[in-house]
Amino acid sequence: MSRTTLDLWVGFFVAVGLGALLFLALKVGNLASSSSGETYAIHAKFDNIGGLKVRGAVKSAGVVVGRVTEIRFDPEAYLGVVTIEVDARYKFPRDTFATINTSGLLGEQYIGFEVGGDTEMLKAGDTIKKTQSAVVLEKLISQFMFDKAAEDGGKK
Amino acid sequence: MAFTPLFAVCYRLMPPLILLESPAVNLAGVPGVNMSQEYLVEIRDLNFTYDSRPVLTGINMTIPRGKIVAVMGISGCGKTTTLRLIGGQLKPTSGEVRVGGQVVHELDADGLYDLRRRMGMLFQFGALFTDMSVYDNIAFQMREHTDLPEALIHDLVLIKLHAVGLRGAQKLMPAELSGGMARRVALARAIALDPMLMMYDEPFAGLDPISLSIIGELIRKLNDALGASSIVVTHDVQESLKIVDYVYFVSEGKIVAEGTAEEMKNSTVPYVHQFVWGEADGPVPFQYPSRPYGEQLMESAVRRV
Amino acid sequence: MYNSVVRALRGLGQKVTARIWRLGFASRFFLAIVLHSGTSVRRLSLTIREIYFTGVLSLIIILVSGLFVGMVLGLQGYDTLARYGSTEALGVLVSLSLVRELGPVVAALLFASRAGSAITAEIGMMKATEQLSAMEMMAVDPIARVVAPRFWGGVISMPLLAALFSAMGIFGGYLVGVQLIGVDEGSFWSQMQASVDFREDILNGVIKSFVFGIIVSWVAVFEGYDAEPTAEGVSGATTRTVVTSSLAILAADFILTAFMFTGT
Repeated sequence: MSRTTLDLWVGFFVAVGLGALLFLALKVGNLASSSSGETYAIHAKFDNIGGLKVRGAVKSAGVVVGRVTEIRFDPEAYLGVVTIEVDARYKFPRDTFATINTSGLLGEQYIGFEVGGDTEMLKAGDTIKKTQSAVVLEKLISQFMFDKAAEDGGKK
Repeated sequence: MAFTPLFAVCYRLMPPLILLESPAVNLAGVPGVNMSQEYLVEIRDLNFTYDSRPVLTGINMTIPRGKIVAVMGISGCGKTTTLRLIGGQLKPTSGEVRVGGQVVHELDADGLYDLRRRMGMLFQFGALFTDMSVYDNIAFQMREHTDLPEALIHDLVLIKLHAVGLRGAQKLMPAELSGGMARRVALARAIALDPMLMMYDEPFAGLDPISLSIIGELIRKLNDALGASSIVVTHDVQESLKIVDYVYFVSEGKIVAEGTAEEMKNSTVPYVHQFVWGEADGPVPFQYPSRPYGEQLMESAVRRV
Repeated sequence: MYNSVVRALRGLGQKVTARIWRLGFASRFFLAIVLHSGTSVRRLSLTIREIYFTGVLSLIIILVSGLFVGMVLGLQGYDTLARYGSTEALGVLVSLSLVRELGPVVAALLFASRAGSAITAEIGMMKATEQLSAMEMMAVDPIARVVAPRFWGGVISMPLLAALFSAMGIFGGYLVGVQLIGVDEGSFWSQMQASVDFREDILNGVIKSFVFGIIVSWVAVFEGYDAEPTAEGVSGATTRTVVTSSLAILAADFILTAFMFTGT
């Protein structure tokens, strides 16, 4: 095997290998969509974050507008504090309402933004005032059972 | 590169066709070699122990410049170990080996590599690089150690190949060579950098009679053409006594006899006599050490009764 | 009775110390490779040659195995997901299992048996025929000239082969899932993209295959260099390369997975 054919094969191999990596990064993974430019951080406090995870999606009108970057516990207010990186292209009014939703019945949990009517926009470091915690399925079921029992008791 | 001037000299002195007839190359000017000494290699009180088993004990040996010295002995007597100690691949337990005035085991890695560039070694079965052609095998050291242009390397390789009579085999791979040819290519590779010291490890082992005498003749001619000194480690008495100047006989790690080839042929030392004339029994016994024969036979006879 | 117990204990102790000694020797050897890697960089053609022998020559086996593993994943995944009515998640299942686990691990196992054994056999034969010794006598360091380029060739080839294996596998899953069974193409790709994270999944997979490449190449060159210089010695060393590096790959995979994919 001569040097040039060998070099050609190795060059081909490295190019194809890097191509495969690129395919994985762009077509299979979310490199193209996730790290598109600048973001700003805002905070939101919840009574209960449920099953929300770091890197969870933040959606408004069903479109992903940001990611959860940090979740910690506030020991004074006894609340869960979630830090969100929002895509710098999108601005939201100060009275935006953050809720923790579930995609499907048992799917991943994400934060949903419902936009309010304030003229001032959220800036980096601001905290969202109006939030709604995650729906805890057990609570929902026990509440339903309790109501049902109370109803039946009233009839007797 | 320190060797470039030397190569230039060789190149002028040895046009491709007349290598073996050309005057000896002068090694003066090679760094670190003191030309005033009479002996190129001096071995003093050398002991070597492997796994607490003594391999060599109290070896004293000298190799004069320009001479061929043979080290003979039966297999496993420590001959190859001697070569490895000279080449610095092993460290002596005590004593010292001096090559060109330098104590080999005291050299650091760079010093040792400098020294080895001036040594050539022919391994028992050639040890050619199996993934390279004959040409590349011989060019190997030139490419590793010098920055000579490829055109010059080409000429040098042809000189070396011509010296061993295998100029036509330059494109072959080692697997395509016969045993004798492989040995000659290995020889050409060993002299690639015009060494001052050549070491041959069993150069005659496993060769047909024709290749045998070719190699023998080459060892002599190359030694004289290069102005080198040679050590031949061998158990082939008849072939080597034809070409060497001086012989050391080694048995069980000790030198038991030494002298010129002629003296050895007429030696009355029992071991040498047995070795030179190839007698089956003698100081080296035919029988592997065991209990007396009669005793062992009686024992089994008693058991049968 | 007492004697046999003592003898058994001594035997055990001997084995353990021999293993530890060998491990120490292997570590020093690794250090020597790293310290003598200058030549592999300075004379890139040496390393490129080894990339050819380890990487290019492993291409066929990697691509074919990747395709089949992906197709099997497509079939099995579809069968399981159909029970929960979520066949659109097939792309997620195929890609995540390939990128996170199967790609790096299976490619490394194949690499160990294809390229690792070849490296061991080659270096072992060079040792047995005194080629390494001859090189040393020619003032050329065999670790720098022979061992290090093979080591780096393997380390460079491995992540590329693993990426090719994963890409080929995803293509195989796509062929079976979308083309053959008829899962919706749009949701196959979009769900995949939504749940495969570049840093969490793909980059971690690449790191894994890089580590596996170091393990396999290290074991292969060490076994070859340490082989008994006989034909039996070399064949034994070749077997040991495949066994040792396969076990080491799986153990390292567990440790890496434990660090990479737990918590969050």
